[in-house]
Amino acid sequence: MDLLNSHLLSLILLTPVAGALVLLLIPRDQVGALRWTAFIASLVPLALSVVLWLNFQPDIAGYQFREDFLWFPLVGSDYRLGVDGVSLPMVLLTALLAPLGVLFSFGVQDKVKAYMILFLLLETGSFGVFMALDLLLFFLFYEIGLIPMYFLINIWGSANKQYASFKFMLYTMAGSLGLLLATQVIGLTLGSFSIENAVTAWPAWSGTIAGLSATTVRAIAFWAFVIAFAIKVPIWPFHTWLPDAHTEAPTAGSMMLAGVLLKLGAYGFLRLVLPLYPVEAAAGAPVLATLATIAIVAAAFASFGQSDFKRLVAYSSVNHMGFVALGVAVAAWTAQHGGAQEGILALNGAVLQMFNHGLSAAGMFLLVGVIYDRTHTRNLDDFGGLMPLMPVYGGLLLFTSMASLGLPGLNGFVSEFMVVRGAFPVFSVLTAISMIGLLMTGAYILYGIYKTIYGPLNTKWVGHTSDISAREVIAWAPLGILMLVLGLAPNWMVSVINAAVARLF
Amino acid sequence: MTFPFLSVITFAPLVAGLGILLLPPERKDAARTTALVTAAFTVLLSGYLYFAYDQAAGGFQFVEDVAWIPQLGIRYHMGVDGFSLPMLLLTGIVLLTGVMISWGIEDRAREYMAFFLILSVGVFGVFAALDLFLFFFLLEIAVFPKFLMIVVWGYPKTREYGGMKLTLYLFLASLVALVGVLALYAALPAGARSFGLLDMAAANFSPELQRWAFPLIFGGFAIMGAIFPLHSWAPDGHVAAPTAISMMLAGVEMKIGMYAALRIGVYLLPEGAKFWAPVIVAFALVNVIYAAYIALIQKDFKYIIGFSSVSHMGLVMLGFATLNPLGLTGAGLQMFSHGVMTALFFSIVGMVYDRAHTRMLPELGGMMQRMPWAGIAFLVGGFTSMGMPGFSGFVAEIPIYMGLWQGVALDPLNLPGFMTTPWFFPLAAVISALSIVITAAYILLAVRRVFFGQLPAQFADLPDVSALDKTALVLLSGLMIVVGLYPAIMAPLVESGIQPVLQALGGG
Repeated sequence: MDLLNSHLLSLILLTPVAGALVLLLIPRDQVGALRWTAFIASLVPLALSVVLWLNFQPDIAGYQFREDFLWFPLVGSDYRLGVDGVSLPMVLLTALLAPLGVLFSFGVQDKVKAYMILFLLLETGSFGVFMALDLLLFFLFYEIGLIPMYFLINIWGSANKQYASFKFMLYTMAGSLGLLLATQVIGLTLGSFSIENAVTAWPAWSGTIAGLSATTVRAIAFWAFVIAFAIKVPIWPFHTWLPDAHTEAPTAGSMMLAGVLLKLGAYGFLRLVLPLYPVEAAAGAPVLATLATIAIVAAAFASFGQSDFKRLVAYSSVNHMGFVALGVAVAAWTAQHGGAQEGILALNGAVLQMFNHGLSAAGMFLLVGVIYDRTHTRNLDDFGGLMPLMPVYGGLLLFTSMASLGLPGLNGFVSEFMVVRGAFPVFSVLTAISMIGLLMTGAYILYGIYKTIYGPLNTKWVGHTSDISAREVIAWAPLGILMLVLGLAPNWMVSVINAAVARLF
Repeated sequence: MTFPFLSVITFAPLVAGLGILLLPPERKDAARTTALVTAAFTVLLSGYLYFAYDQAAGGFQFVEDVAWIPQLGIRYHMGVDGFSLPMLLLTGIVLLTGVMISWGIEDRAREYMAFFLILSVGVFGVFAALDLFLFFFLLEIAVFPKFLMIVVWGYPKTREYGGMKLTLYLFLASLVALVGVLALYAALPAGARSFGLLDMAAANFSPELQRWAFPLIFGGFAIMGAIFPLHSWAPDGHVAAPTAISMMLAGVEMKIGMYAALRIGVYLLPEGAKFWAPVIVAFALVNVIYAAYIALIQKDFKYIIGFSSVSHMGLVMLGFATLNPLGLTGAGLQMFSHGVMTALFFSIVGMVYDRAHTRMLPELGGMMQRMPWAGIAFLVGGFTSMGMPGFSGFVAEIPIYMGLWQGVALDPLNLPGFMTTPWFFPLAAVISALSIVITAAYILLAVRRVFFGQLPAQFADLPDVSALDKTALVLLSGLMIVVGLYPAIMAPLVESGIQPVLQALGGG
């Protein structure tokens, strides 16, 4: 029990790796054993995350369940872990989506062993980012998650996978180059990569690097951080890798990509950009808010214009993550210019939106995957009127779409409302414009379900398609339940987030 | 007198090599087994020294010191510290894995194994030598087997050209450096002339001498590390060489150049180093960026690796030029990391070529289906190469870049204006960081063209790599992951090894 208490985060972090090592030892033709081992290896972190959630004390300031080991003393970097109210929901989200992804991936027939190993490594990479309290460790996990994702797209993706995976890798690596350099500068000037130390020391640092004043260095480093995370979120105009990567990735890969990996960027804004660069962030907030608004509106229109079902959902991610960026911008502005109440509200909304989008995007990609597995097409014009053929599927799609659309009573509404309510007094015009995006969200969601389950029946599918299977429903069900629970009673999660967010001001 | 570990490591391969030559030529397996056992023995011994070295005490340990030619002040003086120990271990590992992957060579297998072992004598020796005469002596010993092996067992189309070019360049390099060392020797007072490294370090050469001797010594050794514009021997020579020799040349021999550039160049001539540091940065930057770009446009799989080595050695030189603890330690780590990585790369190129009989990217593809172990190991090497966190390349590059950001205390006499500005070194960090993306591009493209994609029909039943090959691959890629995930296993040792250099530079 001691080990469980003192190393809970490490256990959550490393169980998937241990599972991957076990998978290595299982012969590749033992497909059933491979699948179930992977599933169990991803269920354990979920169970431990629930333990983590229950033992977490929202009222205590700072990080909890901390761990600190010697790692790379030469440069002042250590294995430092900890969670607070912002990272805890993200850990839970990752822990939840991974087993669902594994369960859905029971349908993968090709190279099951490699697939499951990579999937588990991807889970560890995501956990690491949310737990790291050391900038170099953060960067390590941030980048290391790219490797499994690259291969999930590259090997198990659809037709255009080579192009998409290459673009994904290079785009993200190039984006994080500035982050890497700026991280080095912070580590060098402060003599340590500890995030907690940097939060107080870095904004106050006054020295010179390369003959530039501290203010200039911070301004440059700020933009380096922002661009890296903006690519990951993604914020317009850095989003173009996303539709390709999402569309080509296998279904569970898309679930993790949209559900968790996009959150890494947003989390980077919350954990690093806001505390490390309060002044610069306030100055950049209007720019960020403008880009976020463009993302919300443009992505909604782009989504409406798609004929590929998966691409439609992919663009909807850009649209929904725009609200997260908007919330961050509001928080950055109000932290320096007053109006903390709006800022706290918007930031609460942003974190909750991260969680909610994780649920709904994963749910949508799962359902797109279900229909693709049956029809081998994602072209919306090839579907139509499938409701009578797949009634259960139709119901689930309708439900998930409504959550994504922001129907009151389901989760998306709560968080988007919080962001918009917080943003309106601060960026009134932009918030008003973003409402167009909200309208278009309704349009493209309805368009999507109209083209698939409603409208005239495309008779070629009669007798050639089956309803959603029990395993797929089980993979969807936790998402659906949480969508409803968070829509009706979000307080259990908001209280955890709020306690942490309020301390940022 | 304690057990002479270093002499045993150095000369065990010589004894074994000569012994193998005495075997009848048809007893190939006996020759191979002898080589394998000897190589494993050197790995075990150097591994023992690696962990037995007392970091707290520091300095040179396991010292052997015997008068050799006392009239000239030449001694048989050996010893290792935190900077040379990883190199010693690296040599042992490359020797071992080189023997493993050469198991299938049938053409004069006895001579191949014997020469390969004899080649390693010089390599082990230079990392342990503390007498400069002994150093050059051992350095030149390796030339004969090296040349012979490229010309006899090399790539038929270019082996004469590549072997000749490589040998002449390395000769030139060591001659230039030797001239510099002789100048230092002559500058010592008449009664106290010595080739001892420590004697010279204590001599305090005049700043003027240091300034003009430094380009000779550092520059000469940097040619062995393939500094631009004298780098072209490296890809040509490495591509022409048989696989195990490519591994040894790129994995270890290039490090000899860099090792000596620091141990002799910077350590003995600190004022010279301070004076020339910005110039080193300028040349090294070209190495890093230009060679990475050239690697990007290669059609020949082996040339990609050849140029990537040149690019990575530029990072080592950048680390040296910082003259601060971070940069120097990072450079030491990079030498080890790159040695393991490039040995792995060349071994995989060899495995692919031995089976497909082509190295041209357009003719390859889908190899992952036929030789998954080689493919996965190549990926591990590739991630190390692109500085992906979690692999040893990252652990080495981070301190190098931080060292560059920190900049350097320059000689006030320094010449070109822009090179002495405070932004020159940080700018170098930013520019060389671009190579990370170029590296990622050429590695991913190579992976895609060789290991993924369509498997050409004529390769449909290529055999997988052998069990020994797999062992070598696991050993090499495992090292990169271990150092990458737990840098504390090597960084403090290297850091202790650079302390004397820092003291000579007036810091530390």
